[in-house]
This record gives sequence, C-alpha cells and structure tokens, in this order.
Amino acid sequence: MKYLFLLRDGNNDGPPALDTPEGAELYTGWRSVLDAMRAEGVLVDCGPLTGVTSATTVRVREGQVLVADGPAAELKEQVGGYTLVQCTGLDEALAWAARIPTAVTGSVEVRPVIDTSPGPVAVAADLGSATGSATV
Amino acid sequence: MDEGLLGQALHDAWWPALAAAFRVTGDLQFAEDAVQEACAGAVRQWHTAMPADPVAWLATTARRRAIDQVRREAVRPAKESAAARRAQEPSFAQDPAGVDPQEQLAMMFLCAHPAFDVATRTALTLRAVGGLGTHEIAAVLLLPEQTVAKRLVRARRKIRESGMRFAAPHVDALAARLDDVLATLTLLHTEGHRSSTGPGLLRPQLSDRAVAIARTLARLLPAEPEVLAQLALLLLTDARRDARVDDDGCVVLLAEQDRSRYDSAKMAEGERLLERALRLGRPGRWQFQAAIAACHTTASSAADTDWREISALYGELLRYDQNPVHEANRAIAVAEAEGPAAGLTIIDAVLHHPQLARWPTLHVARADLLRRLGRIPDARRAYQRALELEPGPAERRFIDHHLAHT
Repeated sequence: MKYLFLLRDGNNDGPPALDTPEGAELYTGWRSVLDAMRAEGVLVDCGPLTGVTSATTVRVREGQVLVADGPAAELKEQVGGYTLVQCTGLDEALAWAARIPTAVTGSVEVRPVIDTSPGPVAVAADLGSATGSATV
Repeated sequence: MDEGLLGQALHDAWWPALAAAFRVTGDLQFAEDAVQEACAGAVRQWHTAMPADPVAWLATTARRRAIDQVRREAVRPAKESAAARRAQEPSFAQDPAGVDPQEQLAMMFLCAHPAFDVATRTALTLRAVGGLGTHEIAAVLLLPEQTVAKRLVRARRKIRESGMRFAAPHVDALAARLDDVLATLTLLHTEGHRSSTGPGLLRPQLSDRAVAIARTLARLLPAEPEVLAQLALLLLTDARRDARVDDDGCVVLLAEQDRSRYDSAKMAEGERLLERALRLGRPGRWQFQAAIAACHTTASSAADTDWREISALYGELLRYDQNPVHEANRAIAVAEAEGPAAGLTIIDAVLHHPQLARWPTLHVARADLLRRLGRIPDARRAYQRALELEPGPAERRFIDHHLAHT
C-alpha cells in the first residue's frame, strides 16, 4: 500500500541552498535514500516545497472562493516536503522513514493512503518466522 | 460440564482463536466478532460433548466464521472493497485447522508495536492476548473505562487502515521491540496475581499464560538476558502464589507468608535463569527486578530478608526505569531497613503522582507505616482513602480487617 511522508524540519522559509555546507550535506543524504528507494522500487514521488511565504490557501464558503495568503494554519513546523512510497506494510514504511534526513533534523509523519482503486491487490498476510529472514 | 471449567477453557482458547481469525481478516474487530460467535457456539455444544482439543476447536471455528464474514462483506458495494481484496488474497483460501504458535507470537508483537503509544499497547495486549473486557482493563491500568474503550477503538482502526503486518519482526528488529513485549507481558502476569475484578485475588490462568509466552520468547531468544530475566521474574513471583492468599481468599502479606508453601521447583528454575542472564553481562531493568524477587523468595524467613540489599537494588532499577511504582516499593524496603519514618517520607513524595494517587495499594502501604508510627487517625484516613479507590475484593477484605483492628 501507499504511504505519504510529510516532512517537517522547521525550515519554513524553504530548504537551505545547495551551495551551503548544510544544503550540500542534506543533498547527499537525500540522494542516498532516494537511490535506495528507487533500487527497491519503493519510490512513487517526492519533492521539497518552497517556503510558506509562497503558500496560498483556497477555501470555498457558501459558493464564494476565498483565497488567502499563507499556509492553512500557523505552525512552528510546516510541511516542507513530501515523499510518496509504495510498501508492503507499515513496518517497511517506518524503516524507510527513519532513513530520510528530515527524520534527524525534524520529523517524518507517516500517513497511510486510502486505496480507492477497484481491483484486488496482492498483499499476502504471510507470517514471518521470528528467527527467519523472510519479512521485516 | 462445569461452568467454571468451561469459562476457563474458553479463556485459554481466546488468544489462539483471535490470532487465527485475525490472520485471515487483518481486522481486529472482525476477528473479535468471529471469536465471540465461536464462543457462543462452544457454550452451546461443549456442555454435551467437549472437543478433544478445545483450543484448536475454537480457533478453527473462529477462523471459519471470519472467512464467512469477509466473504459476506466482499459482495457488498464499494465501501467494503478492502474485504473484497482480502478475499482474493492468496493466503485467504488456506484454511489450516488448529493453532499456529507463530500466530500467537505475531499477535503479541502487533499489540506491543511501537506505532502504538505505551498505554494503547498494554490495553490492546490485555484485550487481544489476555482476553480481558474493557472494564477489567480499566481496573488494571488504573484508567477510566471510557478512556480504555476509546483507545481500543482507535487501535483497531489503526490496525485496519495502516497496513500493520501480522508477522513477528525480523531478528534484527526483534531485540529493539522486545522491551515493549516484556513490559506488557509483565502487566498481564501482574493482573493474574492482583486481580482487580472477579471473586478471588488470583487468576492463575492469566499468570500461567504470561509465563507460557515468556517461555516461548526465551526459547526463541536464548542469548537475550532481559528475556531470561523476565521469565525468571515471573517464575520467582509465581513461586509464592499459593502462599499469597489464605483459605478465605484474603491477602497474606509477605512477612506472614508460610514459606514452606513456596514452589521450590519454580524458585530453582527462576534462580537458574537469572544467573544465566547475569552471566551474559548486559544489565537491564528486568534483571534488577528478578534479583529483587529472588531476594524476597529465597530468604529463609521474613526476618532474614536483606532489606538493605533490596532497597539498593530498587535504587539501581530506578536508573533504568523511572517508574513511580518502583519508588513506592523502594519506600517499603527503606521502611524495613531504616524504619517506617524513612519509608513514609518517600511515599509522601510520590503520593501526588497522577497515576499513583489512584492506586489503592499505595494508600494501604502508607496506612501501614502510619499505624506503625502510632499515627492511628492518619492511618485510618489512609485506609479509608484506599477503600474509596475501589480496590479488588481480596484487598478490600484486607483493608476492612485492618480498619476493624486499628
């Protein structure tokens, strides 16, 4: 099933520039985990977000479109990026989340995506052996 | 057949049956419904003919009910598409009879999953593994019943929606998740020894089940000192089981217990396990707890108990686990080693901890120290306070007895 990682690290003005030591380190960390995710066929999509000063919030109330400058809520740590992954289950998703650089500097909120597709999915409820190595 | 025996047989079969039903549904509520239905069938049929293997009977029946329910849900429109998918999974068609110990282990790890907060883990384990009702769980966790009900609803929903796999963790992740399992197991065992609801003080089948799970863990992880130490702790505590209540079902304090009634086989096994754990050279909180239990159980008489050693061990234990209950126990040890006034100072310092304030046993301990200090009106007030907190029936009789003689 799919999981959306909401990344928060307090960099509400956007990610650090790549030519800063902080930005370069972040880039290296990201590249390593994204390469691993691609190799395992886990990654669906991902992306950093611009700072909240570029955010625009839209609401429709009584037929009126209300557009507001800024994020939907004032939070100390806004969502600064996202990663969408396809995993066999929560344990695998949590293991990937722990490898994302944002987990060290901030937090990764793991949210299961509700599957609205009609067809069957082949997810087996296999039991792993406690001492075996088949499942995580 | 006898109602009590039937009840106990059903209780013993609850966990394996739930694990079997959960494996096919992936939905705890479905699984619980299936087990309830299977239990109702058992009550009707077991009176006339007890199956050869009641646990396997209940598990097989519950599993079939669960499969039927998933199939029923699967033909309903889009809303239940999860059930439709489940019905088409390759593992669904398999209908093995009987029970699989791996399922039970997987259920234990699911209940103690780090994606649940600690309070939810214990509530869920007591429900899914212990087979306790919401009311009983509330009593053992010292929480309002509604809080427990809400937690269970949220937990079932999270299991259903978040893709938590029903599998024991890989051996690398196992050790990290072990402490959660050990903590919840100990709570199960404690509930067996200090039953808050029901007629007696002891509910041995619950304690026996905790020991059985601990044995399984120790078999799977023979090099984990904390696993061995926890099994040792449970056995050393169990060794005193028969001496903890008198013939009228009243609590017998440690100091007044007949030590000839201690189970020497369990004591010996517990000590052996603890030694093995200590030799592995990685100290931890379960090893200190087991060492404390060993001090109590192996003292040849109450007067010979090394209270100084015990209060020191509690001090060490608190470095690994800052549980206020340990602090309360340290207070009792200090009272024995240095006198009731020193113990009372420690108890009074933890008395207003939000969790401990509702714990009747703490107020009983405090009343006892006050009585020994000759502060009779204060002691009576403390006993009254313990009664207000709805202690279990055996503890209530104990308090009533002391109120009458203080």
